[in-house]
Amino acid sequence: MVEGEGPVDVQVGRTDRAGWAPRRWPRFVVAELHRTLSLFAVALLGLHVVTAIADPYVTIGWAATVIPFLSPYRTLAVGLGTLAVDLGAAVLLTSVVRGRLGFRAWRAVHWLAYLAWPTAFLHALRAGGDLHTGWVAVIVWGSAAATAAAVAARLASRSRPGARPVLRGASR
Amino acid sequence: MTRPARLAVDLIACDGRGLCAELLPGFIRLDDWGFPVISCRDVPAELHAEAAAVVLLCPRLALRLERAQGRDAGRE
Amino acid sequence: MTTLQSACLPAPAGSVPGPDALPRLLPAAAADRAGPASLREHLARHGTRPSCAGDWRRRQQLIDEVGRANLTGRGGAAFPAAVKLRALAETARPPLVVANGVEGEPASAKDKVLLGSAPHLVLDGAVCAAELTGASDVVIVAHRAVWETVREAADQRRRARCDPVPVRVRAAAAGFTAGEASAVVHWAERGIPAPTGRPPRLGGPGRRPALVQNVETLAHLALIMRHDASWFRSAGTPAEPGTRLVTLLGAVRHPGVYEVEPGMPVGDMLKLAGSDGTALGALLIGGYFGTWADAADALSLPFSAAGLAPVGASPGVGVVAAVPATACGLAETARLTRYLADSSAGQCGPCVFGLDAIARELERAAAGASCELTRVRRWLGDVTGRGACRHPDGTALMVASALRVFRAEIERHARGWCGATETVGVLPVRDQVFP
Repeated sequence: MVEGEGPVDVQVGRTDRAGWAPRRWPRFVVAELHRTLSLFAVALLGLHVVTAIADPYVTIGWAATVIPFLSPYRTLAVGLGTLAVDLGAAVLLTSVVRGRLGFRAWRAVHWLAYLAWPTAFLHALRAGGDLHTGWVAVIVWGSAAATAAAVAARLASRSRPGARPVLRGASR
Repeated sequence: MTRPARLAVDLIACDGRGLCAELLPGFIRLDDWGFPVISCRDVPAELHAEAAAVVLLCPRLALRLERAQGRDAGRE
Repeated sequence: MTTLQSACLPAPAGSVPGPDALPRLLPAAAADRAGPASLREHLARHGTRPSCAGDWRRRQQLIDEVGRANLTGRGGAAFPAAVKLRALAETARPPLVVANGVEGEPASAKDKVLLGSAPHLVLDGAVCAAELTGASDVVIVAHRAVWETVREAADQRRRARCDPVPVRVRAAAAGFTAGEASAVVHWAERGIPAPTGRPPRLGGPGRRPALVQNVETLAHLALIMRHDASWFRSAGTPAEPGTRLVTLLGAVRHPGVYEVEPGMPVGDMLKLAGSDGTALGALLIGGYFGTWADAADALSLPFSAAGLAPVGASPGVGVVAAVPATACGLAETARLTRYLADSSAGQCGPCVFGLDAIARELERAAAGASCELTRVRRWLGDVTGRGACRHPDGTALMVASALRVFRAEIERHARGWCGATETVGVLPVRDQVFP
């Protein structure tokens, strides 16, 4: 479930940065959509973490939600999930205080989103017990394909010959 | 009594994304190259909160809302 | 190649130029003096540098003297030096004194010539400024054509233990915008020659406040501290006292740097450079951010802010560039605008894209097409005030004056004709090195 939200969110973020937006949509809509979907993803992620910990069938422990590789149950798999949560939390917290943090520091942390997603994906592959189920597989592999396509489109747009020259940004 | 606030753009940070002009059309318009021109600098008190929200929405944090009366919120 | 010329007010035979005579900054001997004045020669001519250090009251009194002399900046903005000194004497942190000898403008050579002939006078001025503002050190950024000369001068002073503060010498980065005040500080402190959008005197987080002065201004300061305000005011006009260095170039027989008094008629200045003004079509006055004027209108005007007002010009960085009547003013303007557009530091959209658009339109018109004046005028308004520095503003002013002065030429080009008989560009758009 969380898998599904993540890639859509990353893709919306990417079109915004590439400066491309669907003709009918103002840019601020794309920006706000990215934020809204991110928060939605955070909510779903929270639900996933809580249900996983509260599940009486396996013992993971609350500490393992923030400290990676602490869980006795499937240490590596769950640990990857915890890492993804940590990275996502860093992105979320810096975005909340973005105005006070300053652009460069905020952006440096925001890049971690690109690390968070594959970490979560590996977590899903290793920790998930129901990947053979039809709809789960569709979501998991569909998200991966969508993310790959978005990244490819972003890289392609950068090297496009008609692309606008990049301005030199502030060095502060 | 609320102090007047003025809009200002850091043109080095600005990348010409254009969100500010979409959200504050009465105060900001775009020039021929997509960069913001502040047509009306002063923001009335009832729109301060909205303008502050637009400042946070700028993808490059290039828009500023400066409180007047001798103290700048950011750079001069 | 040009030669160094000193001002042509001859000293009476057999006398040493006293404090009242010209030239003040440039070498006293006649033309073609080779090489810089050594420390000993400098001391023989000007005497030792008086100390400007002391308690708060003494420093304020000295700064007041600079104010009475009405010394204004020679870097183009003509900002009163005393106001800057006072502001930086009052900062909480000890400021940095930056002597700006970058001279990124290809048409101007005065700073290179000054540093190449009288580096010690400039360094004296910089150290005086440091004492007056309580600065902890001095850095002088010099055009790379003369920076070794300046470095040797600084070494001589260090060996002789002349200066109470450390003096660093840095070679300047190339490029037009490298000479902008905040860019010079940025280059000296971080190695990036780009304007910051923040006045140097304010400093910032992790950045000291900086006093940035043109090297010619500092040379005048050094002399004011030796004499007094009334000495400085004994030359020039009451509103614009002292002397100034000017670069005369273009369609003149003896291009070069001359030291003149403000108020001297432009035509007389051009006579110094061997031009009687008859063959000239237009003058670019003040520099590449200056103003175009019809030669016929400008020759009789005094070279001062007040005197040049009728043609909307001002002395700027002291450049008078003469374009012959046989050349095409529109083509010259297009070349300059393209150069200025390409010289942008590349940080701000309106400058990068706007100046490029204006240059392209002028190039089109210069090649023989109709110029869309309304659109260009709109762009000139759009780029003004919309950058981290005054690069777009200055370019817009120059282009606006060209649209006025070359109106007839623009109309001819719109019909496919050009009034010029020469096609070679007159004004330099590459960094030229004057020996």
